[in-house]
Amino acid sequence: MSTILKIENLQAQVGDKAILKGINLEVKAGEIHAIMGPNGSGKSTLSSVLAGRDEYEVTNGSATYLGKDLFELDPEERAWEGLFMAFQYPVEIPGVSNINFLRTALAEKANYFKKEPLSAKEFLQTVKEKSALVELNDKLKNRSVNVGFSGGEKKRNEIFQMAMLEPTLSILDETDSGLDIDALRIVANGVNTLKTENNATIVITHYQRLLDYIIPDFVHVLFDGRIIKTGGKELALELEEKGYDWLTKEAVAN
Amino acid sequence: MKYTEDHLKVELENQEYEYGFTIDIESDKAPNGINEGIIRFISAKKEEPQWLLDYRLNALKVWQSMEEPDWAHVSYKKPEFQDISYYSAPKPKKELESLDEVDPEILKTMERLGISVDEQKRLTGVAVDFVIDSVSVATSFKEKLGELGIIFCSFSEAVKNHPELVQKYLGTVVPTTDNFYAALNSAVFTDGSFCYIPKGTRCPMELSTYFRINESGTGQFERTLLIADEGSYVSYLEGCTAPQRDENQLHAAVVELVAMDNAEIKYSTVQNWYPGNKEGIGGVYNFVTKRGICETNAKISWTQVETGSAVTWKYPSCILKGDNSIGEFYSVAVTNNYQQADTGTKMIHIGKNTKSTIISKGISAGQSHNSYRGLVKIGKGAQNARNFSQCDSLLMSDRCGAHTYPYIECENSTAHLEHEATTSKIGEDQIFYCKQRGVSEEKAIGLIVNGYAKDVLNKLPMEFAVEARKLLEISLENSVG
Repeated sequence: MSTILKIENLQAQVGDKAILKGINLEVKAGEIHAIMGPNGSGKSTLSSVLAGRDEYEVTNGSATYLGKDLFELDPEERAWEGLFMAFQYPVEIPGVSNINFLRTALAEKANYFKKEPLSAKEFLQTVKEKSALVELNDKLKNRSVNVGFSGGEKKRNEIFQMAMLEPTLSILDETDSGLDIDALRIVANGVNTLKTENNATIVITHYQRLLDYIIPDFVHVLFDGRIIKTGGKELALELEEKGYDWLTKEAVAN
Repeated sequence: MKYTEDHLKVELENQEYEYGFTIDIESDKAPNGINEGIIRFISAKKEEPQWLLDYRLNALKVWQSMEEPDWAHVSYKKPEFQDISYYSAPKPKKELESLDEVDPEILKTMERLGISVDEQKRLTGVAVDFVIDSVSVATSFKEKLGELGIIFCSFSEAVKNHPELVQKYLGTVVPTTDNFYAALNSAVFTDGSFCYIPKGTRCPMELSTYFRINESGTGQFERTLLIADEGSYVSYLEGCTAPQRDENQLHAAVVELVAMDNAEIKYSTVQNWYPGNKEGIGGVYNFVTKRGICETNAKISWTQVETGSAVTWKYPSCILKGDNSIGEFYSVAVTNNYQQADTGTKMIHIGKNTKSTIISKGISAGQSHNSYRGLVKIGKGAQNARNFSQCDSLLMSDRCGAHTYPYIECENSTAHLEHEATTSKIGEDQIFYCKQRGVSEEKAIGLIVNGYAKDVLNKLPMEFAVEARKLLEISLENSVG
């Protein structure tokens, strides 16, 4: 299977503080990777660096995405090339309807590939199909982006946007935080439905709970800016049972 | 690419004024200065009746006795009133019957502004009255409107053809003594627009005037008088653009609206005078007095999108004289680089059950200052008056300023007044979120700003809203390259 993302010895900092201290990770088409770890281990930094948030400075290492140097691409170019990040805290944009926002995003992407954007009819048809995936209320589509949405609605909206943009690599950053069990099921179902042999997903999570619904092929434990253990889905269960201490102590000892 | 407010700032500063061209039309210009002789010159040039000359001469005396006010939150070099030419008329100034006769240079100008006259004529049914350097050069649709008894013409034509209406209403809403710049305008105004809608008539199209200061070193002092007789309705659009000049140009207009019983006037402005360059050199001083009076059950709605001028100082206001009358003010004011704006409204409630709504959206970028100043005054007899005010400010840099000066004077305890105000900063989080979805920063800023101003933009007539959105984007976005 083809490699979608290959990260080698990635190091990154915020201000003078080193956060990622040498990450290695390879994600192939058709795979789901879970990245777990205690608070402050660098999980959100990793997703931000991959998406291109500018407070983070890459100091060493590389990331190759579909054969391209990821760090050479602007955040919007990464998006056009099929990299999607579901935000832990989706941002509100008052006065801009969800629909208009997505229409603009899709038109920009089409323009990047020198294609005609979807017609209004095709666009609305797609909206109808994709919003059904996450049981998104019709009203929310015409409301301002994330304004007045509940926590669960915001996360479902993220997955709806993901469905509309049809990414090659999706990074879900703590998507389960703040979700009740029903919303969790809906979100997970959306992610599972969107999975194909040609795309891949990185699920960043603090708890094992989400992984009951989205079954990972690999589980990585991130601690102090490094991946200290990689295993199959059973590793997540082991972590749920024993916590992170046994691993982090081992890591510190080494 | 790292995108911060510093980048945004640089991009904004580097934007060129898109409409910085001058047109080559020979003009007939008065010598610089202001005195009785000049006033007589203007009046004679325009072949005016004696009463109007007297009106002007009286205004000159009033003006000479007044001091230029300095209470606004703006600082600028006061104009040298003796260095301004108060009259400049394009040559040739023969009477024009149709747009085909208009100087091709002028038509070209309109095209560069993105307004195709023919397009507007045929597709949108907009009647356009162009005012270039004080003299109206072409009025379309006049005949069609004439059938309904609607008068829509340049101010000078109105003086010639409808002197009784002009004499009856001129200065009744904005008296000569109102303020320094209104007095100056009353003395030297050269042209403008006049509109009369007869009783019970609904004007079937949007009436539109484009103002433009072209001649270097000339002030533009236009005078607009709009009268909506009982039970009538009119929507009036006013757009402004000025070419790029190094010196500051003065624009001191007066707009008077009269809405009689049960009449409704909707007055929309898109103001895009030259704002000066990024160092703050040049640009138009826009000191305008706009006011309307509402009789019983009448309604006046002001909508303005202000993106231009070096200094803007204006407060489109409503005198709610009649019972149940309604005043509305919707404003988006953008300041960038060294622009300064002190704008807002006055809602004067006199009649019973009068209502007013104020929605003001300020957007400040660069090192600009943007102030909202508004007065809501409830008179003794204004039983059950209501006002809702909302003043929002959006900051786009850390060197700009947003100021809000709401004044309330209430003399009647049955009044309901509500005031809301917010200040927000365009967030890097918002921009990053957009970019992560594949919306480039240029588009993202456009989306965010238009979203912020939506409540006001939605009040504009369709064809104007499109232009206003474009203008907001041009004013605030970088042209990526």
